[in-house]
Amino acid sequence: MTTEPIIEMRNIEKHFGPVIALNGVSFDIRPGECHCLLGDNGAGKSTFIKTMAGVHKPTGGEILFGGQAMHFDSPRDAMEAGIATVYQDLAMIPLMSVTRNFWMGREPVRKVGPFKFLDFKTANDVTMSEMRKMGINLRSPQQAVGTLSGGERQTVAIARAVHFGAKVLILDEPTSALGVRQTANVLSTIDRVRKTGIGIVFITHNVRHAMAVGDRFTVLNRGKTLGTAARGEITPEALQDLMAGGQEMAALEGSLGGTV
Amino acid sequence: MSKTDATVDERIKETSKLRKALIRPELGAIVGTIAVFAFFIIFAGNSGMFNAQGVLNWSTVSAQFMIIAVGACMLMIAGEFDLSVGSMIGFAGMSIAIISVTLGWPIWVAILLTFALCIAIGALNGIIVVRTGLPSFIVTLAFLFILRGFTIFFPQLIERRTIIGGISEAAEGDWLAPLFGGKVGGGFFIWLGDLGVIEVFSRGTRAGQPVVDGIPMLIIWALGLVAIAHIILTRTQFGNWIFAAGGDAQAARYVGVPVNRVKIQMFMFTAFCACVFATCQVIEFGSAGADRGLLKEFEAIIAVVIGGALLTGGYGSVIGAALGALIFGVVQQGLFFAGVESSLFRVFLGVILLFAVILNTYIRRIITGER
Repeated sequence: MTTEPIIEMRNIEKHFGPVIALNGVSFDIRPGECHCLLGDNGAGKSTFIKTMAGVHKPTGGEILFGGQAMHFDSPRDAMEAGIATVYQDLAMIPLMSVTRNFWMGREPVRKVGPFKFLDFKTANDVTMSEMRKMGINLRSPQQAVGTLSGGERQTVAIARAVHFGAKVLILDEPTSALGVRQTANVLSTIDRVRKTGIGIVFITHNVRHAMAVGDRFTVLNRGKTLGTAARGEITPEALQDLMAGGQEMAALEGSLGGTV
Repeated sequence: MSKTDATVDERIKETSKLRKALIRPELGAIVGTIAVFAFFIIFAGNSGMFNAQGVLNWSTVSAQFMIIAVGACMLMIAGEFDLSVGSMIGFAGMSIAIISVTLGWPIWVAILLTFALCIAIGALNGIIVVRTGLPSFIVTLAFLFILRGFTIFFPQLIERRTIIGGISEAAEGDWLAPLFGGKVGGGFFIWLGDLGVIEVFSRGTRAGQPVVDGIPMLIIWALGLVAIAHIILTRTQFGNWIFAAGGDAQAARYVGVPVNRVKIQMFMFTAFCACVFATCQVIEFGSAGADRGLLKEFEAIIAVVIGGALLTGGYGSVIGAALGALIFGVVQQGLFFAGVESSLFRVFLGVILLFAVILNTYIRRIITGER
C-alpha cells in the first residue's frame, strides 16, 4: 500500500486497575479504506475504539496521527482532529428532531445584535441535503429521531460525522441491531462514505457484514491483535475461527500469510 | 410527499395535522387553560373574578407559580429535579430579613448577597448531582431539609422568633427593592380609570383613584422570565444543549456537549427563580417567615408536567409550564370566587397531575414511535 495511514495505533495497552483490557493492540487506518475490527464479546473492541476516540487514555503504546504522536485528552480533542465515532445505541436522542440531533454540540448560530440565535434555516437545509446524499429523504427536518428506523438513525449519525469533516469514522457495531434491509442500507452508506476518502473503522462481530465492505480485517481476542489480513487473503470461515478464540490457530497462521 | 419518489417508504402514513398538533408539548396545557377559563366564566362570571381587581388577583397568584415553574421546567428538560425550591424560598426570604433587619445593612446589599448565596447553593446541588451521579431527587431532598432547618434555626437563634418583620421600613427609599416589590403602569391605570374602563374608588382617601394602581413587578418578572427562558430553550445553541443533556446525557457528551456544566447552570437558574419569588414575597409582605414556600417545589413540578414536560427529561416547553402555572392560579383563586371550599384545590391538583402524566406518556409514545 502506498498511502500513509491517517492513524496508527502501536502496541496499545489499557489497564483498568488490575484488569488488563488491552494488551498490545496495533491497528492502522488509511484514507478511503474500510478496516474491519472483529472480535467476540469481551475481546476489547469497545475499549480499543474508545481509546482511539479519546474517551480512554492508553496505559501504554503510542498513537500516531498523520505520522505525529498524539494525545487526546477528551473525545472533543479527537473529534477536532477528525476522528468521529458513531456509537451503536448512543448515536441519537430520540425525542429531539433530526436537525437538533444533527447539529448537537456544533449548532450554527446567527448573530442578532449582541445575541446569538440558532440558525434554523441553514441547519434544516444542510440536514436535508446531507441526508439526501446518504439516500434518505426525510419527511421533515423537524421530525423526531424516534420516528426513524435504526438504520436511518445510524445514517443520520454517519452523515453528521461526514459533514463535520471527519477523516476517520469509527462505527461501533452499526449493524448488530438491524434487520437485513436496514443492514444493507448501512453497508451501502459505508461504501459511499469510503469513496469520499474517509477512513472507516467498522467494528462488528458479524463476519458476513465485515466481508461485504471490508478492505482489511483485524481480529481482536482477549485484548490482543490476532492479526490483520487484506481482502482476498482470508476466507470468512477462517475469520470466524479466529474470532472464536484461536482453537485453530495453527491452520490460521498459514492462511494469514505470516502477517500474525 | 410525492408518490414518484422511490426512496419514500410507502409504509409510513402521512401524519395528519391533528396528530402533528398533538405532539406539541403545550397542547395539554392549552386545552386545560381554555377549559379552566370556560368553567369559571360560566360558574363565577358574576363574582368579580373577571373585573380589573379579580384579574389582577389571579394573575398575581399565577405569576408566583410561573416564576418557580420556569426554573423547574428548564431543569426538568435538562433531566434533573429540584425538590429544595420551597425550602430555598423560605431560606432566601429569611436571609434577606436577617441581613437587612437584624444586621441593619441596606436592603440592596441583602438582596444581592442572598441571590449570590442561593445561586451558590443551587450550584452546589448541581455539582453534587453530576459528580456523584446520584439521582437529583435524593440530593435535593437532602437540601429540602437542610435549608428548611436553617430557615427555622437562624431566626430563632438570633431573634428568638420565626417571623422577622420590618422589611418594608428597611426597603423604604431603596433603589433595588422596587424592582421586586414595585408596581408599573400606574399612569396607564389612572387613564383607564378616567375613561371609565376600570372602576375607581368612590369613597375614602383614595376616592377617584383606579381600583388597580399598577401591575406588580412580580408579574413583570414572571412574563420576562418565561419569554427569556422560552427563547433560550428553543432558539439558541444553549437551549439545544439543555434538551440534549436531558434527552441522553451520554450521547450528548459524545458529541461534545458540556452536559455537566449545563446541568449545574440549570440548578443555578432554578435557585435564581426561587430567589426572585422569595424577594418579591418578602418585599410585598414586609416580613419573612420560616414556613414560606412550603410545598412550592411540588407545585412547580406539577405546573411543569401539566405543561407537557416529561419527568424523564429532554422534552418540554416553558410556554406549557407557564400555562400550567396559569391554570393553577386561576383554579386556586377561582374556587374562592366561586365560593367552593378551598381544600378542593388539592383534589384538583392531584387529579389534573394524573391526567397530565397519562397524556404525556401517550404523547411520548407517538413521538418515539414506541408501541
